[in-house]
Formats: sequence, structure tokens, C-alpha cells
Amino acid sequence: MLGEWEGLAGGFRASAVRPLSPHNSRTPHTLSPHGPEVTPSYSSAMSEPVHPEVGSVYGEKPSAPVVDFSYVGIDAILEQMRRKAMKQGFELNIMVVGQSGLGKSTLMNTLFKSKVSRKSVQATAQEKIPKTIEIKSISHDIEEKGVRMKLTVIDTPGFGDQINNENCWQPIMRFINDQYEAYLQEEINIDRKKRIPDSRVHCCIYFIPPTGHCLRPLDVEFMRRLSKVVNIVPVIAKADTLTLEERDFFKQKIREELRANGIDVYPQKEFDEDQEDRMINEKIREMIPFAVVGSDQEYQVNGRRLLGRKTKWGTIEVENIAHCEFAYLRDLLIRTHMQNIKDITSTMHYEMYRVRRLNENNTGAVHSNGLLDHSAHEM
Amino acid sequence: MASTEIARQAGEGARAVPLSGHVGFDSMPDQLVNKSVNHGFCFNILCIGETGLGKSTLMDTLFNTKFEGDPNQHNQPGVTLKSNTYELQESNVRLKLTVVNTVGFGDQINKDESYKPIVDFIDTQFEAYLQEELKIKRTLHNYHDSRIHACLYFIAPTGHSLKSLDLVTMKKLDSKVNIIPIIAKSDAISKSELAKFKIKITSELVSNGVQIYQFPTDDESVAEINSSMNSHLPFAVVGSTEEVKIGNKMVKARQYPWGTVQVENENHCDFVKLREMLIRVNMEDLREQTHARHYELYRRCKLEEMGFKDTDPDSKPFSLQETYEAKRNEFMGELQKKEEEMRQMFVQRVKEKEAELKEAEKELHEKFDSLKKLHQDEKKKLEEKKKSLDDELNMFKQKKTAAELLLNQAQQAGASTTLKRDKERKNFF
Repeated sequence: MLGEWEGLAGGFRASAVRPLSPHNSRTPHTLSPHGPEVTPSYSSAMSEPVHPEVGSVYGEKPSAPVVDFSYVGIDAILEQMRRKAMKQGFELNIMVVGQSGLGKSTLMNTLFKSKVSRKSVQATAQEKIPKTIEIKSISHDIEEKGVRMKLTVIDTPGFGDQINNENCWQPIMRFINDQYEAYLQEEINIDRKKRIPDSRVHCCIYFIPPTGHCLRPLDVEFMRRLSKVVNIVPVIAKADTLTLEERDFFKQKIREELRANGIDVYPQKEFDEDQEDRMINEKIREMIPFAVVGSDQEYQVNGRRLLGRKTKWGTIEVENIAHCEFAYLRDLLIRTHMQNIKDITSTMHYEMYRVRRLNENNTGAVHSNGLLDHSAHEM
Repeated sequence: MASTEIARQAGEGARAVPLSGHVGFDSMPDQLVNKSVNHGFCFNILCIGETGLGKSTLMDTLFNTKFEGDPNQHNQPGVTLKSNTYELQESNVRLKLTVVNTVGFGDQINKDESYKPIVDFIDTQFEAYLQEELKIKRTLHNYHDSRIHACLYFIAPTGHSLKSLDLVTMKKLDSKVNIIPIIAKSDAISKSELAKFKIKITSELVSNGVQIYQFPTDDESVAEINSSMNSHLPFAVVGSTEEVKIGNKMVKARQYPWGTVQVENENHCDFVKLREMLIRVNMEDLREQTHARHYELYRRCKLEEMGFKDTDPDSKPFSLQETYEAKRNEFMGELQKKEEEMRQMFVQRVKEKEAELKEAEKELHEKFDSLKKLHQDEKKKLEEKKKSLDDELNMFKQKKTAAELLLNQAQQAGASTTLKRDKERKNFF
């Protein structure tokens, strides 16, 4: 084993590189959470091999500490990054949009396995249809295995509930743009904070009522406008009212309509970076919109307690992929693509907003390097 | 799945909510790390030190490769900075490493300005990043960050104290970059001298108010080792790329007639500590400090210098843009005023010159006239003179002819008389 390392004349260990795809959601991570194995005792004559777990992920774990002369330790930076991320915590802002009664709050609670969203229409309260669309934003601190996250759920009660729903997307557009504006203002401050609080909407889940036919004009209009400023994830709500064939037909219709209207929902085709990305994203694109069922009640099924909906004809298990596609949605949103969603928000949508905003303040021409040219305007 | 339910203190405006099952966002750090791995990392080191302190060798030793690059020419007049970028890969991590060397530092007779090229270089990198950040269409996530993350300051192993050049340079740089002082070629110092040297250096740095980089102690997992390392600063290092056989292994070492200095032996030098701190434990923190502290400071100063200032929170205009507009208008106004002034001055000058020229012309004319008159007067005089001369001449001629006539008459008359006289004379004799 020693020879393998010694043979490299001053080079690095050429271990097989496993392409770290973002989909290793369920594989147990061999990266230890406690940083590189830094042996604190430095008294020995020969240097102890400082061998972080990170470097030996590929199953070549040495049984005894091997003296590796060509190992520098650059890959320890991954561990350092992880530590920093764990310390800082993460932020996620999700917006849910859909008519009332489609199970938005329930779905959020199911996704995050806690009461993060209160149902807007209480059983005992008087039924009151709000005159305008409200935007309600509630934040929660949740933690799992040492990873802290500040989750903000932005609810939009009143969307699509009026008789005349013209321009119902406007308050929502305004809210999203306001968040971008707030971030921009912070960013261009002279004296700015170390970590700018990120209140930008990362993801907007749009609930499509399970009619089984096609998208309604309201859906098309909303998604068309908002897919340009935010990542939209359309889901078919209350999918337990559709049979599998109806579901497939509905999905296909929806996909066709989205394509026909030029609506690019997440994962957007235009942001695919390379072949690998495209392959992964194509698979997802074939499945959207996910047909989901939400529930925050547990039932006993086959000796296990599972989240589900109990009806007279059977129990729908939420996390069973044979029953509904909730698990796919959860995996996409949380376990594999969360970082990607946030990145697209900050590097694509936010930047587009910024360019628009900075340009509208100046009507002058623009240099090739992006800076403004005012002399042209003067002339 | 195990359920996690640590009820935490609520953050600003957020309630802590317990989870009743496994959600899965504990994979977030992994997602973040994966993204970074795909993106690659970059790290920039600046090595400052006098010629011959082993900067290039130490870099080779640290990163275990022979960095290509011809040995630096040491015949430049001033201090120049040479930067080389290398792509390293270890397991799945790709690192773009940039090593900047100061060539000719400390070689000059007058070292007053030695620190300037270094400060300028660091500022240039900050400026480039600032420009990119201020652009309208920018690509920050693909930007190759060239800001200096760590500055290794090589102290000559004199054994006494820091040189004043060192103090001055470090003082100028401590607010711009993370300084890690190291004692170079420390195999020249004995153990006891080394301890005293280190103490002297640390006390000199403290008394001169030089802020060197402190390894962070706020994260529990590395606090202990970092704080112990902080007490070993400055690290006494030895660099070597040659390998020597010790026992049955090849180690990096320097061989002397009296013994062998092993680079990776903790008892011999602090090289392992340096590598540990610089690369394996704190690389990310160095990058973060550079961005969050040094760059922000630079940015703040630069923007304030340009005249921007944050407006108070109740009025929220687009501070940068509006101030820029206002400044631009101001500048344009000034420009126009200046232009007017210049134009007026020009017109005036032209007038003056014209007047001058006219004067000169007039003078010339006058002169010409007077000369002409003079000339005419002279001519007249001369003519008069000539006339009078002619008259005289005529008169003379007349007189002459009259006289000749008379003479002739007289001669005729006198010829006889002369004869008589001659006779008389002859008769006399």
C-alpha cells in the first residue's frame, strides 16, 4: 500500500474520482462531522500522518496510519467549509401560491414535519374571503443533526379566490421584487453587514387544482409572469382525487401547455450548465408537476406509523411513491436540489433584477464592460 | 429515522419548532460542499521576504510539487511582484493556487519605498474585485478571485530582533491582508536562541501595534488547536525539496556534515505546524477574513473617497446611483464652466495679439513714411547742391573763357612787351 503513494514523484494521490453528483441523497455520508482527524499530540519524532476522512472516501480506508509524504491536505478545505456552513446555518424561503382549500399549509407541514404553517381558514372562524391578496410570512428555526435552518414560509391567502382575479399576481410580484430590492439596498451600502440577511424568495410552489383536464387561464397567466422572476415548482394538489391514468393524462396536458406558453419552470432548461446537469434535470422535467398529497396525521399501516390520509376505502400513504409523488417533491426540494435552487435565485433571478434596476436609473448607453456611459447621453 | 427535537432559542423573529421526523435538510452542508467541489477553489498566497530566504523552496515544500518557473532574476532596480498560478488537484478537490513572490525586496540601498509595490499590488486585486462587483452585468460566481488570502512574511534568522524594514512593511500591510510571520531558514538558529527570538519578535509586533493573523478560536472543534498554535507564532520553518534516506524511508530534509534537519519533524522545525494551520485547518477562514474584513475595509474607504455615503434609513434612494448622478452633473457643470473660461481667455488673447500686431504695423508704416521723407529731403538738397555746383561751374567756365580771351589779347599785346622786356633784360645783362 505504501508503494502506491510513494511512487508518485512529488505528485498527489491519484485516487479514483467519484463524481459527486447531487443525488446521493440516501447514501450515508462517510465524511465525519468532526473535522479532519487532527491529532492533538505533536510530540512524536516522526510526523503523524494527518489523515482526514475526506480524503479516503472511496473505500480505501487504511487500517493503520500510513505515512503519506505526498499528501498536502488541500481537500481538508471541504471539511472547513462544512464546519463553517454548520456554524452559520442556512436560510430557505418558500412561497406557496394557490387557491384556498388546496392543502398548501398541510403540504408545508408535511414537508417539514412540523407545524410551520397555520391553516388560514380555521374551522371555527367565520369564513371570510379577503378582499385582496395578503402576503403572510412566518419564520421558523429548525434543526436536524446539527444543521440549523431558518425556514420562512410565505403564504398568499386570497390568491385566486375573488370573482375577478385580474392582476392577482401583482401583489406577489411586488413582494418578490421587494425582497430583491431589500437585498440590493443592503448590498450597495458602504458599510454593509457581514452576512446580508437573505429574504429573497427561493422557491414558489404553485398549487394546481386537480381538475384533470388542463391548466386554467389563471394558472397559465400566473406561471408565465412569475417564472421570469422566481423558481416555480408546480404541483398537483390533492392528487388523491385522481386515478393514475387521469394523473398521467393531466400531467401530460400540463407539460404541453407549459411548453406551448413558453413557461420555464424549475429546473429551467436555460440554466442547465453542462451535459450532466441536463441529464439529471431532464429526468426531473419528465416528472413535473408532482402529484402530491399532504397530511400531518399519522396512522398505523402494517405495524408502522406513517403519515397518511385515512378514508373508508383505504389509507393513502404520503411517503409511498406508489401512492403519490410527495417523496419526489421532498427529495427534489430539500435533499438534493435545495442548494441549486438557492443558487439559481441568487445568480440568475437576482442578477437579472439588479441589471434591470440599475439600468432603469440611467437612460444612458452602456459600455462594453457594463459600466454606464453618460457622455453619449449628454450629446 | 431518529427524530430530532432540540428546542432552541428563537432567533430574531423566528420560532424554534421541533421536528417530528426526518426531513432531510441535513444534507445541506453536503450539497454546498458538492457545489464548491464542482466549482473548484482558489487560494492566493503572497510571499514577502528578502532575497535568499527560501521563499520559492518553501512553497515547493508546502505543496509538494516543483513549481515550474525560472529562478527569479535579481537584477531589477526596484521591488517587483511575480505571480504564478498553478492548478493542483488532490482527490476530488481542484485548487487554483496563485503564489506571488516579491523579487528584490530588501535589496535596495534606500528601502523607503520597498513596501509600496506590495501595497499597490494588493490594492489592485481589491480594486479589480470591486469593479467586478459594481458592474451592471456581472459574473461574480465565475470570477477568478485574485485577492491575496494569506501573506507569509519571511523574517531573516538573525536571532536578535525584527529589522525596521520588516516592522514598517508589516505595519503597512496588517490592515490589508492576513499576515503570518515565519522565521525562514530556522536551522541557522539554535533552540534556545529560537525561543528568545520568538519572544522578541512577538513583543516587538505587539509594541508596534502590528495586527498579525490570529487563528480563529470560536469554533469548538478547532479552537483548541488553533489557540495552541497561536502561541507558537511566528513559525520557525525549514524548506527542502530534496529527499534523504533516514532509516528506511525517504524524508524531505537538509543534509549537513553534522546532521540532518528533517523538514517534517516537529522537533526540528515548525513546518508541519505551518502546513497544518495554513492549509489543513484555516484555509477557508483565511479566505473569509480576506473577503469579510480586508476587502470590506478597502471597499468602504474607496467608496467614501469617491464621495459616496450611505443615506440615512428613512430616505432610501438608490444611494450609489444617485450620488453618482449628482457627482456627474456637478462634474459636467464644472467642465462647462472651465470650457467657458478657457474660451474667453482665448478670445481675449487673440484680441490682444491683434492689437499688438496692428500697432507694430502702424509703426512700421510711420517709419517707412519718415524714411521716405528723409530720403526725399536729401534728394532735394542734393539736387540743389548740384544745381548750385552747376551754376558755379558755368560761371567758372564763362569766367574762364573770358579770362582766356583776355589772356589771348593780353598775350598778343604783351608779346611785344615781353619782347621788349626781354630785350631790356638782355640789355641789362
